[in-house]
Amino acid sequence: MNIAVLSGKGGTGKTFVSVNLALASENVCYLDTDVEAPNGDLFLKSKADETLDSIVMQPEFDGDKCTGCRECVEFCKFNALAFIKTPKLFPDICHSCGGCSLVCKYDAIKEVPHKKGEIKIGYKDKIKVVTGLLNEGEASGVSVIEDVIKNKEEGLNIIDCPPGSACSAMAAIEPADYCVIVAEPTSFGLHNFKMVVELAEIFDKKIGVVINKCDKDKVDNNIIKSFCNEKGLKILDTIIYDEELASTNAHGIAALDSSDKLKIIFDDMLDSIKLEVGI
Amino acid sequence: MKSLLILSGKGGTGKTTTAASFIGFSKAKAFADCDVDAPNLHLLEDFGKGPKVKDYNGSDKAQIDINKCIGCGKCKSNCRFNAIYPVETGYQVNPLLCEGCGVCEIVCPVEAPKLNKDVSGHLMLYKNTERVFSSAELKMGRGNSGKLVSEVKNELNSNVYEDSEVAIIDGSPGIGCPVIASISGVDLVLIVTEPTISGMSDMRRIIETARIFKAKIAVCVNKYTISEDITNEIEEYCKNESIDFVGKIPYDNTVSESINKGISISEIECKAKEELKKTYIKTMKCLLDN
Repeated sequence: MNIAVLSGKGGTGKTFVSVNLALASENVCYLDTDVEAPNGDLFLKSKADETLDSIVMQPEFDGDKCTGCRECVEFCKFNALAFIKTPKLFPDICHSCGGCSLVCKYDAIKEVPHKKGEIKIGYKDKIKVVTGLLNEGEASGVSVIEDVIKNKEEGLNIIDCPPGSACSAMAAIEPADYCVIVAEPTSFGLHNFKMVVELAEIFDKKIGVVINKCDKDKVDNNIIKSFCNEKGLKILDTIIYDEELASTNAHGIAALDSSDKLKIIFDDMLDSIKLEVGI
Repeated sequence: MKSLLILSGKGGTGKTTTAASFIGFSKAKAFADCDVDAPNLHLLEDFGKGPKVKDYNGSDKAQIDINKCIGCGKCKSNCRFNAIYPVETGYQVNPLLCEGCGVCEIVCPVEAPKLNKDVSGHLMLYKNTERVFSSAELKMGRGNSGKLVSEVKNELNSNVYEDSEVAIIDGSPGIGCPVIASISGVDLVLIVTEPTISGMSDMRRIIETARIFKAKIAVCVNKYTISEDITNEIEEYCKNESIDFVGKIPYDNTVSESINKGISISEIECKAKEELKKTYIKTMKCLLDN
């Protein structure tokens, strides 16, 4: 079963929910697909076993064979090629579609590996931890996210997603059987929450909502809850803002590692999700 | 006109809150929201009337003419994005996965696929007699947010009043394409971080990214009272890296209450506002000295 944890707005607590869901599970694989800003392993502190390069294929030009016909440059829809005496590639905007080598009649283009980032795999007790890291300066993390997901296991996988709702978020939720959306009850939180609910619905995913950083006196009455009730969205849990929790979290200590206070919440959350997915 | 871009690496550290307060303090006549897949700045800015909305065409999307398709499968085997799937009488394209590269068009022997324009978001321009605000929203299920960010900046630049001195731009979290697109051409990047080990780790990554694109950088810590020891560590880090450290803002409940009512911090009185104002003054000094 693949559970994707996403949010739209950043900083609502995706990693907090993902890491603690992983700690509440027995055998589980935690996949950090927030490859631009991965933080899960700061809490899980796995012992890294291996580091793999995450690569894509990009064109290389053979100056001897190139006749300067410029068909490749004209073909590229991403403007990743320019012609300056020979074709020149801007590697960070290349989508690796392979089109340029297909249109070249002179066999002057061959595809060579280009490193986009790294995949780190490690273990913390029974949790397999897979982290993707996009190299600084690279534009798209989608291929790195796909490489993270390739390392998922047969059993339970928890996918910690990137914020936003564009290409990266889409690639991360693609394999999900269930989407947990973490939302904070603020006006910013609500606006971005509505966007990701729409995204998850376009992808035909089942949705459960975790309301995080809620004021104690607003558990029964807040803007996320009202919207969920209106739309008939399942609320999995509401987590109250707690200064002590914020402080242990700031120092990289996972909630379930520091106290048993939240154990019941995450155990219940996992049970509800399993029930929703039907296993 | 000098432009200030606000970034963070980690999400939720307070980019938009900071941007809105700086807009208030400076009475900026030009500003933009480049966080196109989770925009929020418009929730705090009242122009009295709605924006002028323009369609944004992102990447083209392929469509296969099922009457022409002979089912050879060449499009599917050459598509690197898994966007083509079989149906009973041939193949079709999943627009959510198609990146518009055009490979299917060139490998098809019977010209069944065709690339078409696709509206993948909307540009929104708010303008009154004094100020201009450029924003956008990506359509759900569509990517290419970097190109949309560039369009938001173009819209701002082609609509600003000539006497505008500063432009304030709210950015996206992360370090990828929308962030890179937003960095180009700005005079200063202010990184708003928070005193958590996540905030610090992501701050390092956004600093590296901004440096690759040769941007001048300043750093401030928001919600510093969450951890004063990590705040000190960040300040020390900036000193060692010769990065301007322009302030620290305390965690303050009043902030989220005010934001929820759609009111920028610059318009109220609270502890956080005082420190934000100091941070603003130092940031402007860095921007204008540049």
